[in-house]
Amino acid sequence: MGLFGRKKARTKRRDLVSQTTLDNAFTRRTFVIGAGMGGIGTILAARMAYIAIAENERWVLESESNRVNLSLIPPRRGWILDRNGAPLASNRADFRVDVIPDRMDDAAATLGQLAGLLNLSQNAVADILKKIDDARGFQPIEVATGLDYDQFAAISVRLPDLPGVVPQRGFSRYYPTGATVGHLIGYVGPASAEEYEENPDPILITPGYKIGKDALEAQFEEELQGTPGARRVEVTASGRIVRDLETREDKQGASVRLTIDGPLQDYAARRIGLESGSCVVMDCDTGDILCMSSMPSFDPNSFSAGIGRVEYSMLREDERVPLRNKVLKGLYPPGSTVKPMHCMAFLDAGVKPEEAIICGGGRRIGNRFFNCWSNHGRVDMAKAIYQSCDSYFYHFAQQVGFDQVAKWAHKMGLGEEFDLPVTSQFYGTVPDPAWKQRKYDQAWQPYDTVNASIGQGYYLVNPLQLAVMSARLATGNKVVPHLRMDDPRPEFEHFDFTASEIDYVRKAMSDVVNGPGTAGRAKLPIEGIQMAGKTGTAQVVSLSISNGKTGPWKYRDHGLFVFFAPFDKPKYAGAVVIEHGGGSGAAYPIARDVMTFLFDPVKGMEALRPLEEQWGGTAQQRLDAKYRAYAQAAGEVVEPVPQRTEQIFDQVEAEARLAQRQSEAMAAQAEGSRAEGSRPPSTSGEVSPRGTGE
Amino acid sequence: MSGIIPAPVARQPWMMLFPLFGLIGFGALILTSAAAGDFDQYAKGHLLRFAILFTMAVVISRFNKPTVQLLTYPGYIGVLLLLLAVEVMGQVQGGSQRWLEAGPIRIQPSELMKPAAVLALAHYYGGLPVGMVPNFRALIPAGAIILLPISFVLLQPDLGTSLAIAFGGFVVMFLAGLPLRWFLAAGAAGLALLPVAFFVGLQEYQQKRVLTFLDPENDPLGDGYQITQSKIAIGSGGLFGKGFNEGSQSHLNYLPEPHTDFVFATMAEEWGFAGGLFILFCFGLILFWGLKVASNAADRFSKLLAAGMTATIFFYIAINLLMVMGFAPVVGIPLPFISHGGSSMMTNMICIGVLMMVHRWNRKAPRTGLIVG
Repeated sequence: MGLFGRKKARTKRRDLVSQTTLDNAFTRRTFVIGAGMGGIGTILAARMAYIAIAENERWVLESESNRVNLSLIPPRRGWILDRNGAPLASNRADFRVDVIPDRMDDAAATLGQLAGLLNLSQNAVADILKKIDDARGFQPIEVATGLDYDQFAAISVRLPDLPGVVPQRGFSRYYPTGATVGHLIGYVGPASAEEYEENPDPILITPGYKIGKDALEAQFEEELQGTPGARRVEVTASGRIVRDLETREDKQGASVRLTIDGPLQDYAARRIGLESGSCVVMDCDTGDILCMSSMPSFDPNSFSAGIGRVEYSMLREDERVPLRNKVLKGLYPPGSTVKPMHCMAFLDAGVKPEEAIICGGGRRIGNRFFNCWSNHGRVDMAKAIYQSCDSYFYHFAQQVGFDQVAKWAHKMGLGEEFDLPVTSQFYGTVPDPAWKQRKYDQAWQPYDTVNASIGQGYYLVNPLQLAVMSARLATGNKVVPHLRMDDPRPEFEHFDFTASEIDYVRKAMSDVVNGPGTAGRAKLPIEGIQMAGKTGTAQVVSLSISNGKTGPWKYRDHGLFVFFAPFDKPKYAGAVVIEHGGGSGAAYPIARDVMTFLFDPVKGMEALRPLEEQWGGTAQQRLDAKYRAYAQAAGEVVEPVPQRTEQIFDQVEAEARLAQRQSEAMAAQAEGSRAEGSRPPSTSGEVSPRGTGE
Repeated sequence: MSGIIPAPVARQPWMMLFPLFGLIGFGALILTSAAAGDFDQYAKGHLLRFAILFTMAVVISRFNKPTVQLLTYPGYIGVLLLLLAVEVMGQVQGGSQRWLEAGPIRIQPSELMKPAAVLALAHYYGGLPVGMVPNFRALIPAGAIILLPISFVLLQPDLGTSLAIAFGGFVVMFLAGLPLRWFLAAGAAGLALLPVAFFVGLQEYQQKRVLTFLDPENDPLGDGYQITQSKIAIGSGGLFGKGFNEGSQSHLNYLPEPHTDFVFATMAEEWGFAGGLFILFCFGLILFWGLKVASNAADRFSKLLAAGMTATIFFYIAINLLMVMGFAPVVGIPLPFISHGGSSMMTNMICIGVLMMVHRWNRKAPRTGLIVG
């Protein structure tokens, strides 16, 4: 203290400090401190009163919303049934895991843990991470479905360490026949951010809730949807459920029954085999579509579970475009399949069936000579159909005028759209002078008539139109296609043909198969039931590039076949189109087996089994095998899937339109006739004299 | 004191002891609820710890003034060395560490430093000649007594404890009669340096806490979560609460730290505003008694000592309650006598013991004024 003693005097001058002043200061200042303490105490009491009494309601509400978690139960989707009530799309109870990015702390780490628990591949993890990056945070992202109970339990017990992870017991969409109904039924998927913004219904961002994304699943969305259930549970902060408070069950969506015959649909798809093509079968009496198979296809089960990049990449790279529905969006020159229909147009214009021409391996139209595929000699209407003589059609189309023929093509369903619950259908082209003028600003030329008379040139149709044409041709009624079992079925309008005229064409078409025609191998192996049909071959590239039968797949001719059976009392009609099949020989055996199956399933299966053995399994098995092989070859470097699966199909559709334009461009380039008939089976030994005419 | 009650009983500071026992008992109830109705988990240890530490407080209260004054500086230096040891250990082991382990006991020197610094400072100003008080040079040793431990504790880093030490020191110096303008000047300088301190002095997580405190709704799921959940707990309690063991905020883990820092929110949810007033009232009585002990003290040393101890207890209470009600940033300071945890209870019981000691001195030597003693 001595240290400070020296300074004492100086300090005293400035501040008069004594024991008394310090004493007073202490009393005063203690009072100040005490008052400060009391003041803070009062503030605290007031603050507490404000929170607990004045704002009580608000905090009680927040406390309840903390405690009680209302979770929506995604409704079970309505089933899609075939005409006999068998499911084409059903639901399967399973365990699933989703993540909600907003609630995750460290997405990569959590996902890493999940990957370990679920044995997810590197690609799958990359897919999910990309989805998490792309999605808005509130959107649930599917990690895996179809877990077994052990995996589900393993995740459930670790939940407190896995923020944002939602394991669930629920239902997922299941397509029992897989790929064979892919194009027909479509698939389901989680709602996109755009869809949620349009309709901010919380069910749309409930994990496990899926909406129809394509084809019938999308078309019948409202009916299939159902009403979500709800569950009120008491939860802890980490999301662990303490107890159930109240549960309202979901209401399953209504089922939709189609006119499709499930087994037939499956059979047709399998029978198409390694080819790329489509098969449509209709009921002539009712217009019911019994089968609409388009192959190769994708497995809608994969899409519904969120398609992986490997599988997507495999589908994308396939030149047989498994993602395109070829029944509705495949457009092909119909080739000779339109010849019977053209005959009806001739009949309507007053041409008698007996009127004949001489086919000298071709015919002079105007001042040019157009080749036929063979020298048929004297040809009347019947022979023109069963021998598919081009010359006959050159002549009479020129005689009645193609306007007249085009009018009938429209009446028979070509170039038309049908009122069906499908997302889109390409309606193609039936060329006529007015159309050409409009589209190309060019006058219609005789060679245009020549080309169009045999279903070439600008002519483009889809397989469904061909099937409808075949049904209308067979019955003489304006058969309208249906896809729903409970659609009203009005009486069909009858075309103005006599019974004998219809019989004549039927007989001629029967002769194609059962007589001296071009499709002898298409005869049904069933006693008493005869199929009538018409072959067609559509050229894809000009002859200078390929002869159409061999060489690169892409350059081979399309094979087409339209048919109905029994020929004298038509019950079923349909069409088969095989892309790049190298001629109609690829198409009519399929039609034959499909019709065999329709009348006698056992015989049909007998025909299919050896073929499938040769091909390496059913369509689904082959798809799975192909996927495995592809995944192995692709390794880890595969392009990611577009963010929205809709984009995949938009892309495919755009490409389909492009393909259509190319086909038209070819027709415009062609010089003169590229006459061609439907090729008889190669066993006939004839060589088709294809080539540019004159 | 009526004749019915024996003198040794009547002598005891019941004005403080009743509220203290009330708080401890209430605390045991709250802790039972915080453990979801399990008495053993927190409440049992709480009562046991109190029993031990209360005995310690009684032992402290038996010390005589000369003994205390003799031990003050050595004790202070000892604690300072312990702080240094913690710092060194932390450096050696890597990462920050706040305690030393001696067998089963964990000593947190920074906690001991709170009463030790107050004691040392009270001793210093108690012994300072009266005229020296406003002298600027006299401030240097006092500043050293305060700033040394603060800088050590800040290095740990433990903002809450350094603030507690600073507050105790401030109150002692304020009551010691230092010129008011020093405090005003220091306050102004502090305000001016606040931004610098915020950006340079604080760790990132501390800066975030302060920002969150200023705008808790900005990030209700992140840093504002604790304050928001605490307010939900207090607010949903209403006037009389949801009932014992009925609090959903604490039982379903929405409330962070329901048995330590946010024990008041746990209480408020189940006992409501009424429970809150009870706690505030008890604390009020204890603090009032503490200040009364200070006023009644015979000499400057005792006065400053008692007031400093009272201020230390007050600092805990105020910061904790301001925090749970959303008036202060989240700093890890528990609520005295109620929160689960040994270190803070020890500090507070040392303070209580020292206050009881001064109370005893007061009874023996009646008030004579500010005589250096």
